[in-house]
Amino acid sequence: MAQTFDTHEQDTMQLSIGPHHPATHGVLRVILELNGEIIVKAAPETGFLHTGIEKTAENLTWNQATAVVDRMDYLNSIGNNVGYCLAVEKLLGITDRIPERANVARVILMELQRITSHLVFLGTGALDLGAMTPIFWTFDLREHILDIFEEVTGQRMNPSYMRVGGLAHDLPEHFKEIVNNFLKIAPGKMQDLKNLILGHPIFKDRTIGVGKISEEKALALGLTGHNLRITGNDYDVRKYYPYCGYENYDFKVPTRQNGDLNDRISIRFDEIDESLKIIKQGIDNLPDGRHIIEDRKLVLPPKEEVKQSMEALIHHFKLVQQGFEVPAGEVYQAVESPRGELGFYLISDGGNKPMRMRVRGPAFYATYALGTLLPGHYVGDMVGIIAGIDPIFGEVDR
Amino acid sequence: MPNTEMIDRANAAREKVNTEIVPALLEAFADKAESIAPTGDLIPQVFVKPTALLDVALWLKDRGFNMLVDVAGADYYPKRDPRFEVIYHFRQFPALGMIRVRVRCTEKDQPHTLSHIWPMADAPEREVYDQFGVKFTGHPNLKRILNPDDWEGHPLRRDYPLRGPRALINLDMPAELNRFAAFVDDEHANTEKKPDGK
Repeated sequence: MAQTFDTHEQDTMQLSIGPHHPATHGVLRVILELNGEIIVKAAPETGFLHTGIEKTAENLTWNQATAVVDRMDYLNSIGNNVGYCLAVEKLLGITDRIPERANVARVILMELQRITSHLVFLGTGALDLGAMTPIFWTFDLREHILDIFEEVTGQRMNPSYMRVGGLAHDLPEHFKEIVNNFLKIAPGKMQDLKNLILGHPIFKDRTIGVGKISEEKALALGLTGHNLRITGNDYDVRKYYPYCGYENYDFKVPTRQNGDLNDRISIRFDEIDESLKIIKQGIDNLPDGRHIIEDRKLVLPPKEEVKQSMEALIHHFKLVQQGFEVPAGEVYQAVESPRGELGFYLISDGGNKPMRMRVRGPAFYATYALGTLLPGHYVGDMVGIIAGIDPIFGEVDR
Repeated sequence: MPNTEMIDRANAAREKVNTEIVPALLEAFADKAESIAPTGDLIPQVFVKPTALLDVALWLKDRGFNMLVDVAGADYYPKRDPRFEVIYHFRQFPALGMIRVRVRCTEKDQPHTLSHIWPMADAPEREVYDQFGVKFTGHPNLKRILNPDDWEGHPLRRDYPLRGPRALINLDMPAELNRFAAFVDDEHANTEKKPDGK
């Protein structure tokens, strides 16, 4: 794992950054070869947060595994949950039977989660570039969304709110009201934040032309999400392979042309605007009805009925003890996480547990693109570039 | 008003892969590739011999599969022999057709690396090596990526105990009856016993 550069023959020196460096957004170690202050070579090293989530999931039943996929990309836990559940639903062949209310609720919650993730990115990214104020403003706004999650799911960060077939329980009665309250305050606060960050002369100096990448190179390096869209490519899983009914929403995929750090940060503001638009449409069209599929072989029966009926008790007992069985096969399901294409590749051998769960983490590929992005820049810019690709190490190391 | 343009495009591309690319691939690599029926997600899939993987990848790249989406490993122990599988997802961009190439391999019968064609394959191939012990011919930097350098064994193998390599290693229980079976090292996996005792 540890890479060393032979620096004896040249006038270069080797410097190891991290894994406990506050600017590495978690536990990334980057080994740099420096010529003075300029980076000549860079080798990222990961694995410090490896928790064996894929192995753990193989030993949990299909529904239990939603609790561990939450903890991979902890800023996008609902997105992870939805991606995993969609993959299992495809294996079961029940994708078309998911109730409309569950689909719309999933979209609203995913977009709210996307905004929280972008807000953390903007706050910590600006902090890495030397701006102190934005992180307080972004965390203030993020708090409103976490409050919504607390009302809806009971948890603020790792809700495990999705189940195979729909939602764990129905949305609260005042769901529309609390989301509408958020929609009222969000645009103004975002405008303030935009004025604060993007117009600042020091911010411009430190970001324009830093960490440039071309479209061809970004595709070869496996970059997706905002890392690819800043190069003019408009690949977004929500548009190209719609899931959860994203084809019914009217939204644009923002792109940039320069491929530098400034674009990486400014594109986030547009993405938040589009997310707000999607949430508005979702809230206006949120239908009534069941929150989860009507299928006693997959879904726990209502608690009241368990007390009355023997059949329901048996179903309840069997689902909790054994879970349900999923037909053998393999499935690849991609969703758009805030960081790019999050893919779930599941193999079932017909049992009540996944035989293999592979997660294609977008930040995993972005982190290993650092070896291409960093050379030629100053050590001081390294901090900004790492913040710009937006890695979350729970997902990189899984 | 649902915007189904992209769904239609992806469906048309999948149809094209099913009716044109896969038959042409099977013809071009007659004894080295076989087709598998798609499941669940309807992505067309083929089995490819490890020796032919590099040629197949280049052949697919010529036909517009310019995005390598992911490289994954899987272990089918004890159900299949050879036990390992390396799974590649390719995508035509922007035509959106996808194909899944599955390579059955062992520790000795290994596929060639694709990292010189797609630099992104470097990291996931290291991960497959780290987690399953499948090596890639010609990989420039095949080292552990998630586990520490001095880690014992390859954790995502099916016979690797959930609680770590040394979990319950001294129990008298027969290994196959014990869910947290004793650690099976590389040598043992190489000379793995067939179910019929040969």
